[in-house]
Amino acid sequence: MSRTIKVRLPTHLRTLARISERQIDLDIAGGPTDVVTMAAVIDALEARYPALRGTIRDQVTHKRRAFVRFFACEEDLSHDPADQPLPEPVAAGTEPLLIVGAMAGG
Amino acid sequence: MTGVRVLVGTRKGAFILTADGKRRQWEVSGPHFAGWEIYHLKGSPAEPNRLFASQSGGWFGQVIQRSDDGGKSWNPVGNQFTYEGETGTHQWYDGTQHPWEFERVWHLEPAIDDPDTVYAGVEDAALFRTVDGGVSWKELPGLRRHESGPSWQPGAGGMCLHTIIQDPRNTDRIYVAISAAGAFRSDDTGATWRPINRGLRSEGIPDEDAEVGHCVHNLAIHPARPDVLFMQKHWDVMRSDDGGESWHDIGGNLPTDFGFPIDVHAHEPETVYVVPIKSDSEHFPLDGRLRVFRSKVGGNEWEPLTNGLPQRDCYVNVLRDAMAIDSLDECGVYFGTTGGQVYASADAGDNWAPIVRDLPSVLSVEVQTVP
Repeated sequence: MSRTIKVRLPTHLRTLARISERQIDLDIAGGPTDVVTMAAVIDALEARYPALRGTIRDQVTHKRRAFVRFFACEEDLSHDPADQPLPEPVAAGTEPLLIVGAMAGG
Repeated sequence: MTGVRVLVGTRKGAFILTADGKRRQWEVSGPHFAGWEIYHLKGSPAEPNRLFASQSGGWFGQVIQRSDDGGKSWNPVGNQFTYEGETGTHQWYDGTQHPWEFERVWHLEPAIDDPDTVYAGVEDAALFRTVDGGVSWKELPGLRRHESGPSWQPGAGGMCLHTIIQDPRNTDRIYVAISAAGAFRSDDTGATWRPINRGLRSEGIPDEDAEVGHCVHNLAIHPARPDVLFMQKHWDVMRSDDGGESWHDIGGNLPTDFGFPIDVHAHEPETVYVVPIKSDSEHFPLDGRLRVFRSKVGGNEWEPLTNGLPQRDCYVNVLRDAMAIDSLDECGVYFGTTGGQVYASADAGDNWAPIVRDLPSVLSVEVQTVP
């Protein structure tokens, strides 16, 4: 069983993973009543797009890269534990999870 | 007709410049990996259409790309660089011990004899190798675990392993250079290492002739005489005639012996090129005049090469990996600047012309001679 959520990726990562759409539908393992966590979303992203491994989080420690941010429902989820449930509208697929390159230099 | 392919890494992408053997008309392809820092890209001597590129950035980390068609198309390969076993610590800027942390790949050196083997020099300084075409990378930890490791410290650009040279006569022998630890040599394909810095003197360290701690900027050899090494150190241009066992100064009449790249003519092992930079605090040419200096006698006697290079108001830098030499009969010399120019000489440095003038700041230049 799986459920489908919506994820938006920054341009650099869409280019790297050869994703043309601004927003993708991503299947997450689990039933409709199971919680969806950030860890599960990134697991699913990396499984579907291996080129993204190491670009959002460290491949070994799974620590979020310093200049990557997670937003949803107008909230900054970047500092939440990776095993914390995502907001219900994200889990239900009605609101997208935004993976964003932080505003910084360059 | 034989031609050349110049591989240019910049702060905002990679560019591939191609020309026939005359090297007058150039085609420019790029930017590849637009917006990313491309510290280095290089082709395999064993299979020249196989290229590897180090793509990195502050946001999304390290990516390694591979092309099997000379740079027309690319695919990401493995990008996991994990230090083997206990990570250990090295000296930090403030003198405290700091854990080794992977930052980026500075230099990719495809093996001379195997298209699937590539060495990667990384920051914080360590040497990695792939034997499966980049799919997986494994550290050669003997270097980082050298007993001097805890005393290594970063230069201004980070503690980077930036130079890797495989001895073409004996591929078990590998030279590397680290800023600011110095030069090291392995005679067993990277398993064990020892410092080769005897004869170096550096004013910026407490013991001027210490075994390690020198800020070596670049090394070069000629494949026909691999025991002769040339070195551009932070200050000083140096030469070794015995595989790095000892070094002597060959700065001679250079107007300043600070600089970053050093390279050797393709057919004349005693012809050496450097780009003198004013000082460690003023990273630009003396007097606003961009001059390559060439010695045809292995050092000490240097001549400025200026034809076609800006001789006023030029304040760019030329970084350590941003010079390359082709192997056509009349040897070509190339270098890129932090101002985005890539200059080429099709006559061993006598005359120069820009291939491109307005790229992003150039980090690296390599050249391949292609059929």
